[in-house]
Amino acid sequence: MKKVYMDYAATTPVDDEILEEMMPFFRKYYGNASSIHSFGREAFEAVENARVQVADLLSSDAEEIIFTSGGTESDNLALKGIAYLNKEKRDTKGYNIITSEIEHPAVLETCIHLKKQGFKVKFLPVDKYGLIKTSDLEDAISKDTFLVTIMFANNEIGTIEPIEEIGKITKKYNVLLHTDAVQAIGKISVDVNKLNIDLLTISSHKIYGPKGVGALFVRKGVKLEPLAHGGGHEKGLRSSTLNTPGIVGLGKACELGKKRMNKDTVHMKNLRDNLIKNVLKIEESYLNGHPEKRLVNNTHFRFTAIEGESLNLMLDDKGIAAATGSACSSKKLQASHVLLALGLDPAEAHGSIRLTLGRSSSKEDVEYVSNVLPDIVQNLRNMSPLWNR
Amino acid sequence: MEDMYTEKAKEHFFHPRNVGEIKDADGFGKVGNPVCGDVMAIYIKVKDNKIIDIKFKTYGCLAAIATSSILTEMVKGKTLEEALKITRDDVANELGGLPAIKMHCSNLAADALHEAIKDYRNKQKK
Repeated sequence: MKKVYMDYAATTPVDDEILEEMMPFFRKYYGNASSIHSFGREAFEAVENARVQVADLLSSDAEEIIFTSGGTESDNLALKGIAYLNKEKRDTKGYNIITSEIEHPAVLETCIHLKKQGFKVKFLPVDKYGLIKTSDLEDAISKDTFLVTIMFANNEIGTIEPIEEIGKITKKYNVLLHTDAVQAIGKISVDVNKLNIDLLTISSHKIYGPKGVGALFVRKGVKLEPLAHGGGHEKGLRSSTLNTPGIVGLGKACELGKKRMNKDTVHMKNLRDNLIKNVLKIEESYLNGHPEKRLVNNTHFRFTAIEGESLNLMLDDKGIAAATGSACSSKKLQASHVLLALGLDPAEAHGSIRLTLGRSSSKEDVEYVSNVLPDIVQNLRNMSPLWNR
Repeated sequence: MEDMYTEKAKEHFFHPRNVGEIKDADGFGKVGNPVCGDVMAIYIKVKDNKIIDIKFKTYGCLAAIATSSILTEMVKGKTLEEALKITRDDVANELGGLPAIKMHCSNLAADALHEAIKDYRNKQKK
């Protein structure tokens, strides 16, 4: 059976070149990067080389990169690390932390956790495209605010937030800015200095690197309270023996991501626009997210009168890997918080599906999905008591 | 998620039996709510106190569609009394079980059938 992977926003396959780069660090250069001997030094040099590669993608300094186990840990370290150094601000009147309603759970749940600990958190609403209003942000900032965390681009609907404007506001009020850029890296050129970003989260497995490794950019001078105490690795911010092969993979992924960004984005945007054009030919189908301010690899649709898990499983039966925002596929049995924040009602949110493209997606993949999808939608509608056409 | 479903449940989902409507149905039952992600409609034809035909339309996940489908097979030819005895658990068991999380939200087919029988009996009284 034909197999078409259209869930690159969930994860990507490891690139051959990246895997090759990693391999020697499992068995040949297996030393602990903290050790003083030659084995340790080999690992240390590889880690520092990767640090330069990551920094290069973000236009930061290598010493501003902290390696972690992935996006979730980076988000946790950034948010808790800043908050725990500002505990005395908890009893103040204004908001301490400002975020959005559509953050990835790694940020959202961390903010909810901090709120339970007494920090005042503002969750900014978004418009029907998923964009925050920068005037809302400015209104929410007070002298009690120490951190703004807004995602660079949304993982579900692909909407790109106005980070440049946000950065100007946080700079003006002297508030730290963190952004989860896990979905944006490799697809949007990111310069942490131009954008006034103080902390930025990236993950390796979304950019053709291995799972289980990520990084946090921490601007020079920004202090964090560490979460993991121990041997004092990563300037004391993240104790744990360095995952040399993973870090080497992340470094290479950043290098290739930068090198291939132009070619990749043209390729994916072309496929994305075709896919959107084809799918929207289906009666009562709609695009979720912003029509232009969206990630080059993201499509997200909703279809009246059908349910996303069923749609997803029928696509899976045809070899197509997609994702859904339906409650039925979540462990919590709640419709996606992102889709609800757009103002969609739960029934609309249930009928949604995400198809995300990658570097190796092809024109044939898009054609195959475009051919298969209308029949599946029709089949489910024929079964649906909510479809009376 | 799919791995939590039995082969039988998947088989009914991909090849549902008795999908559709009965224009001159003797009884009609509809339960569920689009907000929760599941709506089921059941149509029955009754003759000599027996269900001689049954059709369904379901909006929902695999569990919702598979339970609707298998229920129609379970009750065809049964008397109304026998049909009323069928519970949600019976339907789930017939599929070889359902993921625990789906037992309450999506396993509504028996309820829809009971509504349809109630509707039929109400019409008979008139």
